[in-house]
Amino acid sequence: MRLPIPTEQVRHCRQLAASIAGGVQDEISPLSTVSVERSLLRLVGIEGSNQESVPLVNCFIDQLTGQRVLEDGALYWLSNAILATGETPQGIAERVGARSLDLVRLPRQPRRAIENHCRGIVQDALVTLLGKRRRRREMEESLARTTSPWLYVIVATGNIYDDIEQAKAAAEQGADAVAVIRSTAQSLLDYVPEGITTEGFGGTYATGANFRLMRGALDEASRQSNRYVRQVNYCSGLCMAEIAALGVLEGLDILVNDALYGILFRDLNMIRTMVDQHFSRYLLGLFDTTIVTGEDNLIKTIDAFEEYPIVLVSQFINEQLAKNAGMREERIGLGHAAELDPALEDSFLKELVQAQLVRQLFPRSPVKFMPPTRYKSGNIFFAHVLDTLFNLVAVWTDQAIVLLGMPTEAIHTPYVQDRYLSLESALHVRRAAGSLGQEVRLKPNGQGAARACWLLARTEESLTRIAEEGLWNSLASGAFSAIKRARRGGRGYDGVFRKGHFYLNPFLDREVVRRARRKVAQNTLPGAIELPGAIELPGAVV
Amino acid sequence: MSEERPFIRPYGDRLNDGAVQLSFSLPISLSARSREAAKSIAGRLGLEQIRLVSALDLGNGFSFYILYGATTVEIDDQAIHLTEVERPLLDFWRINQLLEFELKKRVTVVGATIGTDAHTVGLDAILNAKGFGGESGLERYPQFRVVNLGAQAPPDEVLEAAREQRADVVLVSQVVTQRNAHLENLSLLAEMLEAEGLRQDLLLICGGPYIDSQVALEVGFDAAFGPGTTPLAVASLIVEELLRKAQ
Ligand code: B12
Repeated sequence: MRLPIPTEQVRHCRQLAASIAGGVQDEISPLSTVSVERSLLRLVGIEGSNQESVPLVNCFIDQLTGQRVLEDGALYWLSNAILATGETPQGIAERVGARSLDLVRLPRQPRRAIENHCRGIVQDALVTLLGKRRRRREMEESLARTTSPWLYVIVATGNIYDDIEQAKAAAEQGADAVAVIRSTAQSLLDYVPEGITTEGFGGTYATGANFRLMRGALDEASRQSNRYVRQVNYCSGLCMAEIAALGVLEGLDILVNDALYGILFRDLNMIRTMVDQHFSRYLLGLFDTTIVTGEDNLIKTIDAFEEYPIVLVSQFINEQLAKNAGMREERIGLGHAAELDPALEDSFLKELVQAQLVRQLFPRSPVKFMPPTRYKSGNIFFAHVLDTLFNLVAVWTDQAIVLLGMPTEAIHTPYVQDRYLSLESALHVRRAAGSLGQEVRLKPNGQGAARACWLLARTEESLTRIAEEGLWNSLASGAFSAIKRARRGGRGYDGVFRKGHFYLNPFLDREVVRRARRKVAQNTLPGAIELPGAIELPGAVV
Repeated sequence: MSEERPFIRPYGDRLNDGAVQLSFSLPISLSARSREAAKSIAGRLGLEQIRLVSALDLGNGFSFYILYGATTVEIDDQAIHLTEVERPLLDFWRINQLLEFELKKRVTVVGATIGTDAHTVGLDAILNAKGFGGESGLERYPQFRVVNLGAQAPPDEVLEAAREQRADVVLVSQVVTQRNAHLENLSLLAEMLEAEGLRQDLLLICGGPYIDSQVALEVGFDAAFGPGTTPLAVASLIVEELLRKAQ
């Protein structure tokens, strides 16, 4: 099934989006943030927290901020401290956490020496992490191939141990990807909680230790079912870059990554979160991790029929922003949803056309299709009907990743049986309608084609307007979901800084990356991925 | 049913058949024993003529059951005491008229979704001019002045706004209620308003799809609204309560 869409118009949309993204890029390139710096410290191996349970990476950055020297970047000061004291990064961070080391008072080493040392540490970190990633890919390839579309379900009990039990059940029931929803408002925290957590609201805290536990459980489930089960979490929020780094460290496959969600729905400062997003995407791209964007949320508060073009507008922009961060299209999972009022005539046809349009506009993207949520009520039986129709659209239009709707969407985060029922429906539809898209054609001049053309024309118009105003101004004037956000308003702006003269971040250095890649390619990399249970974990917090 | 009788029972196919449909999961794998366990749970719930119509293995030591049964429980629905009174709705004109000529003032309403809750659609449905279900929201009423603080307002910000704006009514929304996330915020706000001496001059109302009105009243609210609330229902209550207070 193909929609007749004018390629010239599509090309123009891409050009406009590239110019919008370029404008953003010019402004954010000279900037970094506290969250980006903390992610660098995590990547070179710093973990844990001090006696007052403040994560060491926060202690480190806070000390630099307090002394007004953060503009040189965390890695500059870390490398200087290593050269001056001969200690390891972790050792230094622990002393900073215990307030027994003043980074700025240490004798300053020659700049050359600092830079060289820093490159060395970063290259070692890259070799380890790229090697880990490669072993994970090898494991994935050793298992049977997954059928498309991937069925993605969420767990959200608040307790990582319960999440694991439910995730394992979901894997057995046929899920291809399991996402742990974060506890409400974690995106507003300017630190990542440490350790294993068992108390969360509407979700479970994203922490390194929780990631590790879930990873172990899913690897075990993958081997048992001879089907690779992907691990998903969310990194949007004030710690976007840092959670992306944890995702890389712990071997996650997919991260939900979208600054727009934070700006519009959590009132995060736009510049802060765009800088964080850029570095997080750079990292995820480097480690060949998939991102998924949050366009489905854009139409949760507006007229989803009339204003659907906002989804396409955001997808075009998101695609360019991710490409600017070095990601390849195959890893940019653009999100979308229809959220149409079921009272609308021909809502099924409209949803089908919209889904097909997205598929055609972004043919290489592992697009992620989101289920109806808004018009679900406590009538779980009707909700199940809506979801089954949604599954049909997803299979018919060959979406890459399908987030399964739950009959109890309007009531609570899913129970174990809710997930079973949705997987049962999706598996049935995938089996029953797998070839539909190849067999059925839409009328070339029918309603569907007309809707697609109208949507594309509106998208082009909006992109033209945003390209004229620039993204920041458009966000300020309410171009997205009628929500207005000021450029310097919102949370986290005080965590943005202009990179100084000595600023160092060799993760961005092409030569360092190339050398690390070469080393990994040469090595045979012995050893498989560690099995769960072998890892010692600290006690529960939060 | 036309037949007049004080007691009612669940109805499936015939009057008084007491038909009940039930489903749940158990944290054990499916087996002959687990099936019996499911039936016994239904029995302990007081069901009779239990039929286990579906039993499914959910994997990883979980199983799911769908059962039918009959209950002999009978209820006199007339004797039930309601906490949510179904009050007659006023209309748009009557509300403005009462406020203008009886209460003789323009009513200031401060609204917010408090704590870390970011769900704004419900409160907006009540407050925004656009309204909900074909009804205009409070903003459209000439006699209401609406100040909407939006999402994620900390209770002290609501308190400040109530003081500054000289609010007559404070409307708060709480949608995330999992593990009682909302209760702390609601009681904190009520306590703060009390401690600052503002409480007695205000109507304090909350709403959201999972708010238990009994509990809301216990933590110090004047009223609570649940799913499907319309702006008219809220406006009617406000008028009635303000007039009553003024007397
Ligand atoms: C849209 C939506 C979102 C949007 C919100 C956008 C926005 N700006 O509002 C986004 C994507 C941001 C979102 C995020 C989350 N959500 Co949400 N969301 C929904 C969804 C799909 C629809 C809610 C909605 O808009 N309903 C329509 C309105 C009109 O209905 P209403 O809210 O019931 O309001 C009516 C009445 O209740 C009443 N009312 C409401 N407030 C007030 C106040 C007053 C004073 C009065 C008088 C009346 C009143 O009047 C309204 C009109 O009738 C529901 C699922 C569903 N279908 O209900 C989940 C849902 C509410 N979300 C949920 C969760 C868990 C979350 C997250 C915590 C998930 C996570 N872990 O990240 C996040 C966190 C956000 C946060 N910190 O608050 C859960 C809540 C579970 C629970 N019982 O606690 C739900 C039920 C989904 C689920 N099954 O998990 N969500």
